[in-house]
Order: sequence, then C-alpha cells, then structure tokens
Amino acid sequence: MKQIHLAAHFPGVNNTTVWSDPQAGSHIEFSSFVHFAQTAERAKFDFFFLAEGLRLREQNGLIYDLDVVGRPDTFTVLAGLAAVTTHLGLAGTINSTFNEPFEVARQFVSLDHLSGGRAAWNVVTSWDAFTGENFRRGGFLPEEQRYERAKRFLDAATTLFDSWRDGGEFAYRDEHFDIAGKFDLPRSPQGRPIVLQAGDSEEGREFAAAKADAIFSRHATLADGQAFYADVKRRLAKYGRTPDQLKVLPAATFVLGDSDAEAQERAHEVRRQQVSGQTAIKFLEQLWNRDLSEYDPDGPLPDVDPVVGENTIARGRASVRQHRDPLATAREWRELAAAKKLSIRELIIEKTARQTFIGTPSSVATQINDLVQADASDGFILVPHVTPGGFDVFADTVVPLLQERGVFRADYTGPTLRSHLFGEESL
Amino acid sequence: MAPGLHLSVALDDTGRHPSTPDDDSGLHTSTPDDGPGWHTSASDDGARFTPEYWVELVREAERGLLDFVTFEDDLGPVGRLDAVLVASRVAPLTSRIGLVPTVVAAHTEPFHLSKAIATLDYVSTGRAGVRVRASGSPEAARHFGRREITADTPLADLLDETADYVEVLRRLWDSWEDDAEIRDVATGRFIDRDKLHYVDFAGKWFSVKGPSITPRPPQGQPPVAVLSHASPVHALARRSSDLVFTTPHSAEDVRTIGAEVEGLLNFVDVVVGFGREDAPESDAFVFTGSPGELADLLVEWHAAGADGFRLRPASLPDDLRVITRELVPLLQERGVFRTEYTATTLRGHLGLPRPANRYAA
Ligand SMILES: Cc1cc2nc3c(=O)[nH]c(=O)nc-3n(C[C@H](O)[C@H](O)[C@H](O)COP(=O)(O)O)c2cc1C
Repeated sequence: MKQIHLAAHFPGVNNTTVWSDPQAGSHIEFSSFVHFAQTAERAKFDFFFLAEGLRLREQNGLIYDLDVVGRPDTFTVLAGLAAVTTHLGLAGTINSTFNEPFEVARQFVSLDHLSGGRAAWNVVTSWDAFTGENFRRGGFLPEEQRYERAKRFLDAATTLFDSWRDGGEFAYRDEHFDIAGKFDLPRSPQGRPIVLQAGDSEEGREFAAAKADAIFSRHATLADGQAFYADVKRRLAKYGRTPDQLKVLPAATFVLGDSDAEAQERAHEVRRQQVSGQTAIKFLEQLWNRDLSEYDPDGPLPDVDPVVGENTIARGRASVRQHRDPLATAREWRELAAAKKLSIRELIIEKTARQTFIGTPSSVATQINDLVQADASDGFILVPHVTPGGFDVFADTVVPLLQERGVFRADYTGPTLRSHLFGEESL
Repeated sequence: MAPGLHLSVALDDTGRHPSTPDDDSGLHTSTPDDGPGWHTSASDDGARFTPEYWVELVREAERGLLDFVTFEDDLGPVGRLDAVLVASRVAPLTSRIGLVPTVVAAHTEPFHLSKAIATLDYVSTGRAGVRVRASGSPEAARHFGRREITADTPLADLLDETADYVEVLRRLWDSWEDDAEIRDVATGRFIDRDKLHYVDFAGKWFSVKGPSITPRPPQGQPPVAVLSHASPVHALARRSSDLVFTTPHSAEDVRTIGAEVEGLLNFVDVVVGFGREDAPESDAFVFTGSPGELADLLVEWHAAGADGFRLRPASLPDDLRVITRELVPLLQERGVFRTEYTATTLRGHLGLPRPANRYAA
C-alpha cells in the first residue's frame, strides 16, 4: 500500500479562507503560525506550506477588500517556525521572476541550515507587469518566457547549491544570468532544498517533470486526478527519472462532522461563508472582464458575453489566468446554471467553493486513502478554511485513523523533509 | 543617572572576521566591519552555521539586558547565513532583546526587505530593527550580474540609492494604517481600503508602487541604523536613520562626530578583545584592557555625548560573556545601565516613541 504524504497549507488570500467565522484568528500574528505549524507537526505532516503574492489584488482599479488582505514575508516566517518545530518541513513559495538566484539560493541554504534540513522551495513564475511595478526590474518578462527564466533560475540556484564541492567557487552564464564568484556556505543539510512546482500549463508540467521533487496541483478529484497523475508521471522518463521521484500533491479542502449529514450541512454553511453575494458578483466580473455590479447575486447569470482580451477588471489574481477561454467558460457556466436552476451566487458556490473531502473523520480518511491508492495523487496539500485552528480536529481524529490503517507514518523516521518524502536524509 | 547608556553587541561570525578586506573603493560603506586578523575560539568548526550557535549568543546578550544585537551580513564572498533569517530563527526563543539584521541595499529589492523586516517585527513582537548598508563591493555585484560596481563607482550614487531604499522601506511600512484591518462582517469587508496607500516611489534607481503586502509592523517603523565613518555617510545617516554607529577614537572625537549626527541616537562602535596583546587595526577604536577599564571608557564617552555603544567582540562567544557577566554588572554598579528590562520593544529600550503614520489623515 502506498504511504500518504500530507502537507498543511496556511490559509491565505482568497475566498477559501473564511475570516468572518467566529473561530477565525489573525493571519498575521506569529502566534497563529506557531499554532498552525505545531498542530501539523503533532499530526506528523510532511510539511507546512506558505503561498505568496507580491502585490495586493485589485478589481475595478480598487484594492480587493472582501477576502483576507495581506500576508507576511515567506522566508522570515519559515525561519521563525524552524525555532518552534523540530521535524516539520518548511515550504515557501518564492517567485523566480522578481528575485535573483544568488540571493534566493543563499536564503534557502540558510533556511536549510537553520532548520536542520527542512527547507522546500515552491518555484512559481508569475510574471505580470502589474506585480512588476513593485520591483526594480519592473514588468519585464513576456509570459512565454516565464518558464524559460524559471528553468535558468533554478539551474543557477542549483549551481550555487552544489558549489560547496568547489569550495564555493561558481560561475553560471546563459541568456538570462551571468554570475560568478564565491558562495561560501557549507553544504545544505538536505544536499539541496526540496523543489516544488505549482503551475498547470504544458510548460509548467514539463518544468515539474524535469526539475521538481513534488508538484502542487489543482486536480483533487478521482478522474481528473488520475489523468493529471498519469500525465506528469509519464513525462519523467524523458528526463531520466522514475515515477517515485516526483510526488503529486493536489490542493484539497475538507469539512468534518460527527455524521455525514452534519458534515454536509457544515460544508453548505462554509460555502455560504466563502461566497457572499458580493463575492459572487466579484468572481463573475473576473471571468466576464466587465463591471457587473448592477446584477443581483440571487438572480440569473448575465446574458451579455465576457469582454475578450487582456483582463482589465481584475489584477493580481491567478484565477483570471485560469480562464483561458472566457467565452467557452461563460457558455458552460450558463448551461450549468440553466440546467440546475442556479442563481449567480449558487453557481459561483458550485464552481469555486467545493470542499474536496466532506464527512466523518472515518469517511474522510477513507476518501483520502482511496484517492492515493487509486493513483489520483501521492497525498494532499490540505487547506483548512479557518486560521489558525483549522487542523486541530483533523489532527486528532483523521490522522489517527490513517495511522491505524498503516498508510500514514506514526512518527517521523528522519529529521529532514527529504526523509519524509523520499526516505533518505539528503542527496 | 537616568536614562543611562545603551548597550548593544555586534554578532559577526565568530567575532571580528579575520579576512574581510575593505572595499577597494576605500569608502567604508560596503565592508565597514573589516576586522583584525584574530583567531577565535569557535572558528572553523562550522558551529556558526548552526541555529544553536546563534540562539546561545543572543540569549547570552539578553541575559546581559542589552538593548539589541546586530547580525552582520554582506553579499560578498564571506560565507554567512542570511542575517534576516538568523534573526527570525532566534526571535521566538528570546523575549526582550532587539534584533537588528544587516541588509545590503545595492542588489536586493526594497519591497522584499520591507516585508521581511516588518515580518521580523511580527515574529519578535516588536523587537526588529534593521541596519542598512550600501555596497561598493565588485564581488557582490558579480554575484548578481545585473550591474557592475567598481572602484570608480561614485560614493554619492551608492549613498543616494541607499537613501532611496530606506525611503521605500519606510513608506511601505506606513502603507497600511494601523487600523486598516476592520473585519466588518456586516458589510463583508476585511479591510478599509481607504486606509491602504500606494507609496508611488519613483527615483533614479528604482520605482515601487505599493502598498506593502504586509500590514504595518507592531513598532510602526522598526528603527533603522547606518554605520558611518565619514561625513558623506553621516549625511546619509541624518537623512535615513534613527540611530547611527560611529567610530570615534577619543572622547574629543565623540564630541566632534556627535555634532555631525545630531538628532540621531549615536552608538559608538568599539572593538573589544579583553586582555589581548596583539592590538589589531580597525576603523573602530580597539579596546584590549579589562572590563573595569572598559566601563571607565564607556562612562567617559557617554559623558562626551555617546548615547550608547555597539561592542564588537573580537572573539565569540568568549568576549560576549565577559561583556554580559563582568562589564554589565560594573556598569549597573555605577548606575548607568538598566538592572532589568523596562520595555518589551526595541523602540521601548531606545526611548523612541512609536511614530505616526505619514499617510494617516
Ligand atoms: C495549486 C497552485 C498554487 C499556486 N500558488 C501560487 C502562489 O502561492 N503564488 C504565486 O505567485 N503563484 C501560485 N501559483 C501559480 C503558478 O505557480 C504559476 O506560476 C502560474 O500559474 C503560471 O504558470 P502556469 O501557466 O503553468 O499555470 C499556483 C498555482 C497552482 C496550480
């Protein structure tokens, strides 16, 4: 039986995170991160995961105010968490467009030393000029080059990770970078930090197959997951790699209850917390790329079509880029709404706020295990909807059941993240 | 004799690093802590790359009730762990002492550094500061490969860029008003967006739009420090910093330099190697006597106008222990140093008020 890998995603800047719940605490105070990470470590999770965004999102030219806004610096939080945990992996999303390899490599090697070998880097490639306005380089990168730069960036960083072999002397040159000198830090405890990838495009999948240790995907259902899993695992051979060298870890949410009916009812409640009428209209505007503020969220979908072309209504949102063909998506949404008689809000709940796992602890444990054993994934990056206590019940109820079934570790067997994922302490 | 003198310690590897040459620019801006060739106790065993090493040092400094420690950094060829990460790693395991990492302005992104220091302030609940450093190092520039820095690069340019950098850090810290997060369930709004501000900085070296992605840090503005040996850098310090590390060699010097950095907290740098015979070269005054003699010197220079001192131990952890266990009690006996922490934030230790937000109406 396959062993399941689990990671804890600190809820972030999107409507999955319910800030209006009485249970919701701060998403900024360090005590929230301590609570969250220590719960994940108590549950023997593989790693803690932090997303990143480098500009506050805007809609209609105004800073978006309906979701959680603001987050701390990735590296700084992870280094702080290294002090209050002992085994939990510490994964940070760090952009390859708005950074430089020497600095990022040094930060990850520092984090690996400061955590005793628990660092992981989720290499993301957001490139847009909107985000670039916060950086020296500005919005310089055409979309087609985002993975080109990411690949070179990671190659340059890998040269630095490995430079201890040559006493820190390094030189790296290609069409994106021309750097040389001395990277005088001792070998990173894991050899190199773990590399994660989270892009979904063809280029993103190739990048993952060539370079990543794990892939953070959006495909958490059975058929979709299996297709994605087969697709990326198949790509590995071309890079001389075996299927077990790349773990597939979809993002997943969950709602627990004492009975399945109670869990369903709670899930329904959570969805309505996640998608208010205002949120529903804002979501629709992101696809329609036009102002829909006059529409009634409890009424039908607009019969005007989306504005095709560059999205000018919503900026800094990955979700905008998911809609590669807005006209087709709008048609599909209208058909779905008509078939199921859904209002705007109900439709958006249907499309965006579906919890992956709903049920009693026992049924959720079964659902998770079934997906992993059916090769829909190697595990999950779980995102609770409440900070910081979202894993408390999961840790106490679901995890012991997975352990009883022998599909999840009862204790850590090594000190490093590499040992949790691959059974070996370092490269 | 309230409020007494302020005391901090520079943590740099295992003490004053043996082989850090100064810039060939000779500007004292990039590797100002160039040190004597002393060999040190914890030198080459790799301990300084472990978290335990740093935690122990900072806890020792906290036992001595020091205002803060600085963490040295550069982006040059000397192997150091990233100073901001070291400070953050130590923060949850200490409770009172200020944590002041060094950041290099020339090659890093002010947007990233602003949120990193703000986050250090959250992790440490109000104990973060930052020392900002220009860099004239050609080696560091090669590590980034984006521009060339040579001996001919004008100092004025490096300093102007550093001043812009600090301006952006500060604007970004203020880019959220303190009460911007409203969590108003009735209207569904998490923030009051009118309390978030674009910083719209456009300078010769870079432009930054803002607002920060990180809310205003607990101290509002973590204190900013600059190390300065010479007049042009004093000018940068006056423009940009809250406190300045200066390097006088006599009480008379303390007075002269004090006049140049008027309005800032003036921390005098002193390299300290208790009982050493091999007096080395340094930009800063080098002290090799006994703790009692150092106490005399500090009291004298304090009377000459130094607000405080940043002692740079020649050897870590040995000289640090002498500072915390022998020097500090002597200063306490003389009534010039605190006997317990009376504040919980770095600003509190330094007697600096929490600043108003420039964008607040
Ligand atoms: C599950 C998932 C999580 C992601 N998280 C982040 C993130 O935290 N920060 C970010 O800038 N991009 C994030 N992305 C964006 C991607 O990493 C990627 O850079 C972007 O989607 C463009 O690449 P693509 O076209 O291959 O998807 C995420 C993507 C996925 C699928």
